Amino acid sequence: MGYEISLLTSMGISVLFALSLNLITGFCGQISLGHAAFLGIGAYLSALLSKAGLPFLATLPLAMLLAGAIGIVVGLASLRVRADFLAITTMGVGFLFVGVVRQQDWLGGELGVSGIPESGLSKIAFMVLTMVLCVVAALLCMYLKKSWMGRVFNGIAEDEDTMRVLGIDVPMYKLAAFAIGTALAGLAGALYAQHFKFIGPDSFGFIESVTVLSMVVVGGIGSVTGVIFGAAMLSALPAWFQFIGDYKLLVYGGLLFLMMRFSPDGVTGLVRRLAVKGGAK
Amino acid sequence: MSITAIRTPLLKVANVSVRFGGLTAIDQVSFEVYPGELLGLIGPNGAGKTTMLRSITGVVTVAEGSVELEGESLNRLATHQRIQKGLALSQQLVKPFKKISVIENVALAAGAHFTRSPLKALTHVSQKAELAMAMTMLERVGIASYADQDPAIQPLGILKRLEMARALAQKPKLLLLDEPLAGLNSKEAHALASTIQDINRQGVTIVLIEHNLGEVMRVCQRMVVLDNGRKIASGAPQAVMQDAAVRAAYLGGDLQADADMQKEAAHA
Repeated sequence: MGYEISLLTSMGISVLFALSLNLITGFCGQISLGHAAFLGIGAYLSALLSKAGLPFLATLPLAMLLAGAIGIVVGLASLRVRADFLAITTMGVGFLFVGVVRQQDWLGGELGVSGIPESGLSKIAFMVLTMVLCVVAALLCMYLKKSWMGRVFNGIAEDEDTMRVLGIDVPMYKLAAFAIGTALAGLAGALYAQHFKFIGPDSFGFIESVTVLSMVVVGGIGSVTGVIFGAAMLSALPAWFQFIGDYKLLVYGGLLFLMMRFSPDGVTGLVRRLAVKGGAK
Repeated sequence: MSITAIRTPLLKVANVSVRFGGLTAIDQVSFEVYPGELLGLIGPNGAGKTTMLRSITGVVTVAEGSVELEGESLNRLATHQRIQKGLALSQQLVKPFKKISVIENVALAAGAHFTRSPLKALTHVSQKAELAMAMTMLERVGIASYADQDPAIQPLGILKRLEMARALAQKPKLLLLDEPLAGLNSKEAHALASTIQDINRQGVTIVLIEHNLGEVMRVCQRMVVLDNGRKIASGAPQAVMQDAAVRAAYLGGDLQADADMQKEAAHA
């Protein structure tokens, strides 16, 4: 039972993290290859504050705040660049995060942070908390998609020059997507640190950024239910099948490639096309 | 003194020059657009019409001179800020958003009061009023029956009108139309030019950039002619077309074409 609870919790954290990237990449069309850095910022802040004696629950909003604030700074610096350059820039931010953390003794350096104090919640209560936060994030995403902000995000994702001509302050909206997305990643990071009780610079490296991107792509860029499915599946697979765990990068990379080649709109698009075919018969 | 000279201009372009590297694309061009008028901005290929338009919308920066809307300088403003001040642009290459319907494309433009700030956009969901307004705009440009269709599969004639409806939905003080007739057959072009004329008569000030001389002369009250980045003439269509410099620019001394053009001018 303990294993299932732990697995469900880590699936929930992955879902939350994937939803946060989906907001930026799926809704607003801004590719990020360094999203794990914001997971890391939330994780480190929560871990260090917990160790300093702050109650775990109190670290959650602070983790969101710091990750979101740094997200805005990164956003201000990089949102002037366009699509492909943004991917490179965010990748740089990811490497920068790992590089900085490695060098800082007060952040644990190479050894990372361990001995993170208990949250005071039982395993089940922590799982429930994670699930509740997932549901809240999913509802927020669904609401956002229906709001005027969602309409503007769609437009920016499709053609930002035309949005400018419609009088839309494009950089401001990108910044908003970045702020919300990175804050949610910070929240996922705080849960991550508490769940695994150990964090190190490698937990938030490039591999983690690509992993979360493949979760979003496999699920279906922009689709909330699709991304939840994709993140849940891809985070559970390595636990279910030992060989996937061993060849994680190969499997995720392969899936990313196959999806982009054959179904760029992910599982969501696949299901939709099958449904249309089935309906036509 | 003509009557236009004593009114205050809506748009004032004063001594504007635009340079791309060493190339002077626009050279010391000045003209005014007065409230309620339909002004044709014409010129042969490469004359700088589109660059002129882009310096008004802020896509290119002017090296010298100023662009003013209602006496307020636009020079330092970004494109979206100029649009918010009351410009609207119907682009030459029509770019509808393909994942939403025709009417939703127009409603997106009509929702400017929500989309000005991300916070307002986040806290508002309903687009009922904007869809109603969008429908009015679609009726105005004559494509109301296409409202629920997918813009990706529409012919160019419909898309040109969609582009215009989207610009109108922003309730602009000044509507800039960049070659709306390009790519249309003569019948479609004639119909769309008449629609533009109707919209102008309903009180919208318009700058029309066009290649189609016949239609421009038919619907515009005044024309400004550019050639090689310079303004070479302006005034009433008939008078402008009689101008030797204009004829030389357009025809390069081609006598047969000159005769044809005179005929066309007389016809219009």
